[in-house]
Amino acid sequence: MTRRQTLLGLLALGGAFVIFVIPFLFVLLNAMKTAQDASQLDFSLPERWVFWQNLVTTIQTRDYALLLAYWNSIVITVGAMTLLVITGAMVGYIVQRRPSPVTRIVYMVALSGLMIPPAVVPTIWLLQSIGLFKTLNGMILIQCAYGMGFTVLLYRSFIATIPRELDEAAIIDGAKPWQVFFKVVLPLLKPVTLTIIVVQSITIFNDFTHPLYYLPGRENITVQLTLYNFQSQFVTQMNLLFMNILLITIPPLIVFIFFNRQIVAGMTSGAVKG
Amino acid sequence: MAATSRRRSPYPYWFVLPAGAIFTVFFLVPTVSSFYFSLTYWDPFEARFAGWDNYIQFFSEPYLVRGTVNTLIFAFLTSGLKTVLGLLLAVLLTSGLLGQSFLRSVVFFPVLVSTIGVGILFKEMMHPTDGAMNLGLAALGLPKIGFLTDPSLALFSVAMVDVWRGVGLATLIYIAGLATIGDEYYEAARIDGATRWQQFWRVTVPLVRPATTTVVILSLIGGLRLFDLIWAMTGGGPGFSSDVLASVIYKQYQAGFWGLSTAGNVILFLMIALLVAPLAWWLNRRAIDA
Repeated sequence: MTRRQTLLGLLALGGAFVIFVIPFLFVLLNAMKTAQDASQLDFSLPERWVFWQNLVTTIQTRDYALLLAYWNSIVITVGAMTLLVITGAMVGYIVQRRPSPVTRIVYMVALSGLMIPPAVVPTIWLLQSIGLFKTLNGMILIQCAYGMGFTVLLYRSFIATIPRELDEAAIIDGAKPWQVFFKVVLPLLKPVTLTIIVVQSITIFNDFTHPLYYLPGRENITVQLTLYNFQSQFVTQMNLLFMNILLITIPPLIVFIFFNRQIVAGMTSGAVKG
Repeated sequence: MAATSRRRSPYPYWFVLPAGAIFTVFFLVPTVSSFYFSLTYWDPFEARFAGWDNYIQFFSEPYLVRGTVNTLIFAFLTSGLKTVLGLLLAVLLTSGLLGQSFLRSVVFFPVLVSTIGVGILFKEMMHPTDGAMNLGLAALGLPKIGFLTDPSLALFSVAMVDVWRGVGLATLIYIAGLATIGDEYYEAARIDGATRWQQFWRVTVPLVRPATTTVVILSLIGGLRLFDLIWAMTGGGPGFSSDVLASVIYKQYQAGFWGLSTAGNVILFLMIALLVAPLAWWLNRRAIDA
């Protein structure tokens, strides 16, 4: 490392500290202050450190709404991911292995989901008419539909790297199409499946807009909406609001630490081939 | 004999059906029907045909026009800044600095954090009198700024926070793009006597074009559709000064004007289709030429 690189590095570290680290420190410090202290909104150390009390109060607020929200968000995320992985991989497989006008249209329609903004009110109308409005099942299916474009895109490009000879060997051995897929191909898709699960579950967990529209009601609260409800209730209790921000940032932070490589792979797909 | 002549493909089309059914019911049907509903007076109780009334209203009511114009300003501003800053940060963070991998993580982390959380945090930091940013300005002897309370500034303040939150993704995509440029290009340029500046413009910028395409398209779509950050920081205010299409759609839905809300949705859809499709085509074409 040259002296120039060291100097520039120090400069960049200083800049990154001010621009990117200080805002997070602000959250952390305010989450540990008393209500009165936090209402000052200044950047200072807490007069009294009340981390534990704030944590307990935040969790207990509104009959443990945060725990209910965690449960609902986990149910939605796990449900949608299970559906997405199985059905999305099947589409990616057929689209990649069987080039035809039909599959080309299927692929383009799936990709259009990446671009087109969902038509929210007609979706509410539809959910109401089939009895899925304000239900977790409805939300799971919605998240599955909205994540389909990304999932099919990643599976299709990964399946292109798996040699066809593997399928052909299984076919000659007399395997049915669904056996070829579920027993031969699907087990080989583990790396890309992990990438999809990591990226999409963070997206679904962090989603605020769609639960706001499709999942109103106290018993249906999801993690991102806890902040929204919280803010109107505790106009002055900034400490609890910041504690709440802290508590819902922890899952993505953990995923980021353990699955950094998958996140990078998922989020840069398409960057290289264009 | 008959059995061999009608041999089935080992890749049957029915594999597409489960995903296709979910996607059709929950995405395509609402999207297609939105074109019809945008032409109706629609509320929670009934939908009556209205012709072009909702669209006429959208382009004549000043606050609705403002939302449409704001959407374009916001999307182009944030997309442009993310592209430029993302490339510069990526070049900096691949030059072998001290603490390089740590810096990459720090720049990227906001991408994964709750958008509403980021919005609330910056709303408090930008408080007109007590916020940490204004206390900082006051400490430097500078006047305080109404980041979110000044109608001419609010949209731009939110845009800056959106760049703060999203530049990490642009940087990450550019880092992946830079990794595909072989050292031999830079060596050849050095032998020809190119300065660092010339190397950046003549080697890096043209060869990193696929990444540029991805960054521009992704951030433009994201900027046009953005709702949660604006909602958390200003709610479209003060007045309607920072409203965008997505927040107008939500407000009209809440007010019971479902037809008008859906017309906003269709306008957003057309805006994205008319801007992004030609842009993607143009950027990709140039990549092949180069």
